[in-house]
Amino acid sequence: MSRAEASATTRDMVSAADQAHRGTLIVIALAGLVAALAVASLAIGPVRLSPLAVVDALFGRGAEVYRIIVQEIRLPRAILALAIGAMLGLSGAALQGLLRNPLASPSLFGAPQAAAFGAVLMIALGLADVRSFVLPLAGIAGAFVSVFGLLAVAGRNASLLLLVLSGLAISSLAGAATALVMNLAANPYIVLEISFWLLGSLEDRSFRHVVLVLPFIGVGALILWSSRNAFRVLSLGEETAATLGVDVGRLRLSVITGVALGVGAAVSVSGTIGFIGLVAPHLMRPLIGPDPGRLLLPSALTGAALLLAADIGVRIIPSNSDIKVGVLTSMIGVPFFLYLIVRERRALSGGVI
Amino acid sequence: MTDAPLLVARNVSVGLAGRPVLSHVSFALPGRSLVALVGPNGAGKTTLLRTLAGLLPLTGEVICEGRDVAAMSLRERARRFAYLQQGHAIHWPLPARDVVALGRYPHGASDPTRLGPSDQAAVIRAMEQADVVQFADRPVTELSGGERSRVALARVLAVEAPVILADEPTASLDPRHQLDVMQLLRTAADSGALVVVVGHDLGLAARFADQVLVLAEGRLVSHGPPSRALSDQVLSDVFRVAAFRAEHQGSALIVPWAGQ
Repeated sequence: MSRAEASATTRDMVSAADQAHRGTLIVIALAGLVAALAVASLAIGPVRLSPLAVVDALFGRGAEVYRIIVQEIRLPRAILALAIGAMLGLSGAALQGLLRNPLASPSLFGAPQAAAFGAVLMIALGLADVRSFVLPLAGIAGAFVSVFGLLAVAGRNASLLLLVLSGLAISSLAGAATALVMNLAANPYIVLEISFWLLGSLEDRSFRHVVLVLPFIGVGALILWSSRNAFRVLSLGEETAATLGVDVGRLRLSVITGVALGVGAAVSVSGTIGFIGLVAPHLMRPLIGPDPGRLLLPSALTGAALLLAADIGVRIIPSNSDIKVGVLTSMIGVPFFLYLIVRERRALSGGVI
Repeated sequence: MTDAPLLVARNVSVGLAGRPVLSHVSFALPGRSLVALVGPNGAGKTTLLRTLAGLLPLTGEVICEGRDVAAMSLRERARRFAYLQQGHAIHWPLPARDVVALGRYPHGASDPTRLGPSDQAAVIRAMEQADVVQFADRPVTELSGGERSRVALARVLAVEAPVILADEPTASLDPRHQLDVMQLLRTAADSGALVVVVGHDLGLAARFADQVLVLAEGRLVSHGPPSRALSDQVLSDVFRVAAFRAEHQGSALIVPWAGQ
């Protein structure tokens, strides 16, 4: 090896370390942003509080009314926004890694819609009120069936076209099934309750809801996080990854399980909140690079920041009645999706991405 | 050449979707050699290679370094067989260095930015052998076809496996790159590996291989040194061609010719 080559090689290894270093900095910056948004989420509402008053109230100091506002009304909401946003961002990044496809996301694959159907069915049958553990379990079951069904229908090495078509079919089916349940429901109040809940919201959630979903989101996130290195190997395609020692069948199953646990549980307390899973990895890819293993954590943080910001947004935007956060994320997410389609148009029309 | 064979196949049969694709293939191959696997389209070459790589269920036995491959864990097998897939697609624009580093995954190095010293050394060696050091930071999707195939080869070399399985590594490359790739695989064989190469170019096979396996309709019909395995009889029976033969600078030359 010549000296020039040796120094080139050393430089390459140094720049690899640089890249990791940069990733760490971005993660720290994102964590700071999420923390700031979480504090803002505790401060903003009908009663505006200064950050200092928020911190005081959190630690049990200050006026009792502020303590109640911060600890019992806004804190559960902020925790849910953070956890659910992070889970949606992580799920999107994981699905994109598994399918090697930048347009994959839970909402395009009908997972939230199917989870919503599971939960709605339980409510309509009177098997559960909105605070029961039956709801997240039904949501998880719905999400699992939809993602599993999608991958079974689309097959291994599915093209984007197949995935999107199957996702469209599954979410339409879940939507139709939900509509049928509402159609057949005897009690009009239940229908009203369900239809508002479907819009997706974090309002009026308590610590009971937090306790309900956090364990499932935690386990789902751990499962997805543990697959991060396998996603990187999967960049070489399923066959090559298999010859490098990745159990591809098990990986698929664990991603489906992780996404179903997280998204299913999230939907069962917040209703359907779409497109965060699609947007978050995209915002991070130019900063972090294309490595699907390295995108998971930044995408989760971005998802948390997006949902916290959206949930603050619905409180700030002046309107006669409350805007639901799920409506806001879709209003932003769908145009973003269209923009992605335009950007990827050339690759998409080629048919084999 | 070592005495004990490195890779042994005994009565290997494979069916795909109920159709028999390979039937009763048996061979024993030594290390430190380059073996060309040839045959007409649909003969089962790629299937045999994928079977050896552990991607397909089989009846019969594949034995590597004296151990039954079926009894190995995924990782044990991944350390012994480095597989270069046909077309070697890469789905994300990863830098070439990270792609090569994925070859260390079977050795437990799962993060390309946190390689241990031995893994790092292996990656550097592989990149130098394949002459891709200058592309280390470039996204593979921006490289030319020839450059990309060298990166893919470097990834395979980085595994430092005793057996390298390459499926049509010269497909869609210009003549110069075909020769470069074959020379690279030849060098890997000379430094101890068993390299099995699937290809359609009988000329390249004759020139670079120590042994040739000829498959036809799922059966091994000929096996031996190039001039014997690719006899006039085999060429006319299996490939329906005649051949012009010569010797140039000490290596065998076979140019297929349309027969009667």
